[in-house]
Amino acid sequence: MPEHHVISGVAAPIPQPNLDTDQIMPKQFLRGIDKKGLDQGLLYDMRFDQQGQRIDHFVLNRSEYANANILVGGANFGCGSSREHAVWGLSQFGIQAVIASSFAEIFYSNAMNNRLLLVVLSENEVKNILADVKHPQTAHVAIDLVSMTVQSHTVRASFKLHERHRRMFLEKLDLVEATLTRKPQIDDFVAQYHQRYPWQADVAGKTIARLRG
Amino acid sequence: MTAKTLYQKLLDSHTVARLDEQNILLYADLHLMNEYTSPQAFSGLNDKGLPVPLPGQNVAVVSHIIPTHSVKNRIIADPASALQASNLKRNCDMHGIPLFDTNDPLQGIEHVVSPEHGMIRPGMVVICGDSHTTTYGALGALGFGIGTSEVEHVLATQTLVYRLAGNMRIDVDGQLPIGCTAKDLILMIIRHIGAQGARGYVIEFCGTAISALSIEARFTLCNMAVEAGARGALIAPDQRAMDYVLQRATDISTDMREQALAHWHTLFSDDDAVFEITHHFDAGEVAPYVTWGISPDQAISIEELIPAGNHHDHSQTDAGSYAAQALDYTGLTAGTSLLGTPIQHVFIGSCTNARIEDLREVAQIVRQRHVADGVRAMVVPGSGAVRQQAEAEGIAQILIDAGFEWRQPGCSMCLAMNDDVLGFGQRCASTTNRNFEGRQGRGAITHLMSPAMAAAAAITGVITDVRKLDQPENFHA
Repeated sequence: MPEHHVISGVAAPIPQPNLDTDQIMPKQFLRGIDKKGLDQGLLYDMRFDQQGQRIDHFVLNRSEYANANILVGGANFGCGSSREHAVWGLSQFGIQAVIASSFAEIFYSNAMNNRLLLVVLSENEVKNILADVKHPQTAHVAIDLVSMTVQSHTVRASFKLHERHRRMFLEKLDLVEATLTRKPQIDDFVAQYHQRYPWQADVAGKTIARLRG
Repeated sequence: MTAKTLYQKLLDSHTVARLDEQNILLYADLHLMNEYTSPQAFSGLNDKGLPVPLPGQNVAVVSHIIPTHSVKNRIIADPASALQASNLKRNCDMHGIPLFDTNDPLQGIEHVVSPEHGMIRPGMVVICGDSHTTTYGALGALGFGIGTSEVEHVLATQTLVYRLAGNMRIDVDGQLPIGCTAKDLILMIIRHIGAQGARGYVIEFCGTAISALSIEARFTLCNMAVEAGARGALIAPDQRAMDYVLQRATDISTDMREQALAHWHTLFSDDDAVFEITHHFDAGEVAPYVTWGISPDQAISIEELIPAGNHHDHSQTDAGSYAAQALDYTGLTAGTSLLGTPIQHVFIGSCTNARIEDLREVAQIVRQRHVADGVRAMVVPGSGAVRQQAEAEGIAQILIDAGFEWRQPGCSMCLAMNDDVLGFGQRCASTTNRNFEGRQGRGAITHLMSPAMAAAAAITGVITDVRKLDQPENFHA
């Protein structure tokens, strides 16, 4: 059994709905050409005040939640900008899984591509887990990828994960590598496609050649 | 034959392989890139020694970090941002990918630049590491945003492992009232269906009110579909859309043109096609819409009072607590009107509303008027071509005479990644797409609205109903 099949630890509640990726990773942390240092930027305006001082009462700054590796969030978690920096930042900060009643679509794909586990539960289940984890003494949560269950202090809930995503998570399935094994099929497709729709072939190349005269 | 939606037809023509019941390998006709969501993708590619097999189906634009000061030769002062731009050029040169670089006279916002030169055509799949790629539905192309890992996948294979979405139809009949625009319509729709109302779906906009919209207005509509969580937005291409493309895509030769038109005429949802969800709206009920909170669905018509909560609040938060958080951030009070709220800043720009029609609308309102004392008003055109056209039409001079800053193109203060950042507590009338906390600057407050409404706010210094500005002639397009 792969060692990654259980994620357990302290879960931190961030119940705000529509927690957008601008908040998860603000603009000033998007100027790199690599993925480094994004743990610094995670939820920056929630963690630090304007002077850069820690906001002590924010959940991730409280000592009881300092080692949190799971977040329990509000609906439509990760909405807004497509910036994958939000996911990189969560991972670099030590977050391995997020539980919410819904996730924005682009964020969902980004998370899966980085093996950040997203667990979708019903609104009621999330509400009850939030009630558990807002008290540090009942904030322990375990997510089991074999039995596909979440266990908090008072809630045991089942979740679903598409087989492809489960494999991406457990077996580190590399999508680029997997797709490149189909290269002959793609080449055939493109040749036929451009025969059928010739005005779509080299569309950017032809446009730029025209504009540059 | 089974009846199909336009979305299903576009998927069918672009499916390289069915991977499982939920995922297909989808071919992308065009992949757009910018300087900030592509560097790590190029690094991944370069580390593995992978080529870009179809560079001519890709294009890049420096758009997000670029300063918009009104100088001819633009210099990116921030070293990290400058590195992003030079890195993009290096990567594009290495792989033979067309680039609109920092000082290219046609540089601009990626979603303004690509359609204006005819690169977006009906029936295409257009992918970009930017959520507002839904814009291209205006021309009957399936556009959507992706993350950087997927940018790498598209670069390496010109395909994407694509999770199928559902079909949602939004019918809009009736006529937009004078003084109301596509921006007001989409804010009204998002307010009603919610910030995740279209999550998991591709929206097809249908109805007489949609047919009546100009192509630029359709861009605005489809652009903001993502603010309702949509995976894409589509409008079946009509004669207006086809003319728009053919006028610009002059590389489509005469004999190819017939073939293209024949294909484009098949791009509609069949009569019996099944949509899992259908919404109906009456364009006649649209009024100027303005956001009051921190999510695009927290919007009201200017005639309404700010609500104490909204029906999209979710059960795990107290009914009014999210609204209360929003009002606390925006410094407003439930039960009051937005009218008369003082603003310190006006921003006309972004991939939502920085095209020539938007600027014409602003010019018509501010002609022979002046920006109110204490207000800083900026116009950031969507592209170099838009800027040149506005100058040729005399619009730029009208804006300058009215006291607006006439700036160079870019994403600018829509997301404030460059040096166009608002200060703490500053309140902005903005033609952009997101009123998230801190989006335009930490502690800054964004009120989303149409270019006409933003123009009225600039003139009066407060949030104003543009229909009551005592305009002699109507500006409704």
